[in-house]
Amino acid sequence: MPDVKPVLMQGNEACAEGAITAGVRFYAGYPITPSTEIAEYMAEKLPRLGGVFIQMEDEIASMAAVIGASIGGKRALTATSGPGFSLKQENLGYAIMAEIPCVVVNVQRMGPSTGVPTAPSQGDVMQARWGTHGDHPIIVFSPASVYETFYLTIAAVNLSQKLRQPVVLLLDEVVGHMREKVLIPEMGKLMVEKISDQVPPDWKPYDDKGLTPLVPFGSGHFYHVTGLYHDEFGFPTGEPAVVSRVLDRLHNKLEQYRHEITFTNYIGHKEPRVGIVTYGCTVRSARAAVKKAYWQNRWPVGLLSLQTIWPFPDKEVEALARQADIILVPEMNRGQLVGEVERSVRGQAEVVPLNRYDGEMITPDQIMEQLRRWLP
Amino acid sequence: MQYPVKLAVAVTLCPERPKMAVGEKREILLGSRQEVLLTGSGGQGLILAAIILAEAAVNDNKNVVQTQSYGPEARGGASMAGVIIDVDTIEYPKVASPTVLLCMSDAAFRKYLPRVAPGGLVIVDSTFVHGPYPKDFNIYAYPITRMAREKLGREVVANMVALALINAACCLVSRDILKESILQRSPRGSGEINLQAFELGYRLYEQGLESDWGLSAQIPQ
Repeated sequence: MPDVKPVLMQGNEACAEGAITAGVRFYAGYPITPSTEIAEYMAEKLPRLGGVFIQMEDEIASMAAVIGASIGGKRALTATSGPGFSLKQENLGYAIMAEIPCVVVNVQRMGPSTGVPTAPSQGDVMQARWGTHGDHPIIVFSPASVYETFYLTIAAVNLSQKLRQPVVLLLDEVVGHMREKVLIPEMGKLMVEKISDQVPPDWKPYDDKGLTPLVPFGSGHFYHVTGLYHDEFGFPTGEPAVVSRVLDRLHNKLEQYRHEITFTNYIGHKEPRVGIVTYGCTVRSARAAVKKAYWQNRWPVGLLSLQTIWPFPDKEVEALARQADIILVPEMNRGQLVGEVERSVRGQAEVVPLNRYDGEMITPDQIMEQLRRWLP
Repeated sequence: MQYPVKLAVAVTLCPERPKMAVGEKREILLGSRQEVLLTGSGGQGLILAAIILAEAAVNDNKNVVQTQSYGPEARGGASMAGVIIDVDTIEYPKVASPTVLLCMSDAAFRKYLPRVAPGGLVIVDSTFVHGPYPKDFNIYAYPITRMAREKLGREVVANMVALALINAACCLVSRDILKESILQRSPRGSGEINLQAFELGYRLYEQGLESDWGLSAQIPQ
């Protein structure tokens, strides 16, 4: 991209810009620190592009509006923080069940409840996975920089459209409020995936055969949308065989396209003794520590940063565990993803959590201190 | 034979570095990385000043990360904004030990002074932070807010005066690029007065420290 000028951009702005680049033309939300800048940016930009911005009466309604817009044929997004994310859960489950694409941005702040609005935290990892009830699948991305936020938002919008699956973008206060130098390509220079406009003649809204495009309401096809278990035409059913088939289909979509969903990145030693597994803004601290430990001191240290945290990249983590003796998991909570890491490691390495939950980032020094326990 | 490595080149390379004031000795931590921390209370425009500095650094082809921390209040309460400027990539985004610290409130001065990197530069607004100052830091006091009020009639532009002082002292980015980003980022209609404040900051720096002004010294016009 030669004709791209570097700009200073905030994480939240990059998220909104990424959404607009990916074709999002509908935003409904209720402002909440630290996600308000996304709403501000959308309110300014969307009307000029022929899009719609609505400030709803609360988060429940904004999630409902997003689902409505999406089934009406617009790419839709909403943004919130912890307290609002709790309210969105019910309708998020509806979107998963009815297979309606949408993107929910959760800029995490310190919880529980209203907590500390301006302090960073990674406490919503499990809420993002299991916040809504039922044995549902979900895709969750966790970017570590403004640049990653931009591209992962685009990926989130595209994937949600392609798989007809809600995607959660789990930012944290640090990434959301941080301003960084980024290269943003001009509008229209990025690939925006679009499923075919042509509806196959034997189209059924909930077909079992691979991916079925969503045909917007009002375009001539009639079908039923419900949160109840439904047959291939969308009508409610309680028949055991159909019920299990529907749930299998929801999960199989994600398993089948795992290679397109799972984003991870490894830096450091080829055969590390200590592997660090982390996500979100903690990646920054870990990268600074690896820079010092591996690039300066040549310690056998590696860092696996997870951009996708759900579905959990268990194969990647296991591959790391086969080489490393120790897996360090720094997190800004009391230990949420560490359990998942332990499950994937299957006893092949010792898993050590590093937790901090005082509203401050984990520092590179803290990670270095841990590394010194096992390395010279 | 071992050659001592001197990093003091960066200052001499900066063409716009104004003349040192009389009797002034300054040692700034040099290296490619500069960590600037602007502290004070909410409403003083510290975060805007940090954004302007960060944008100027981007336009000056440097890597930059800007972060902030503030309370839920719109005015009052503690406020802090950090800018890290580096030619290398910046991983950890928060300012751990600032090489340049600006304090625009007494509480901030007491809180952040111990964190300054060894040899780091501290600029304080003597309107709010009164001396005498500890001797073991490089502390430079200027009546930033008072000057903004007296010379320009607006206290709100004190942030631009402070930004100019910092850039005059450390040459973080080119002066013209910084002016451009002030014009870009200023709220509508306030570009002119912000630029005046910026120039006032440079004049303040050239004038030297407040303690050196003496009775007969002219307050910069």
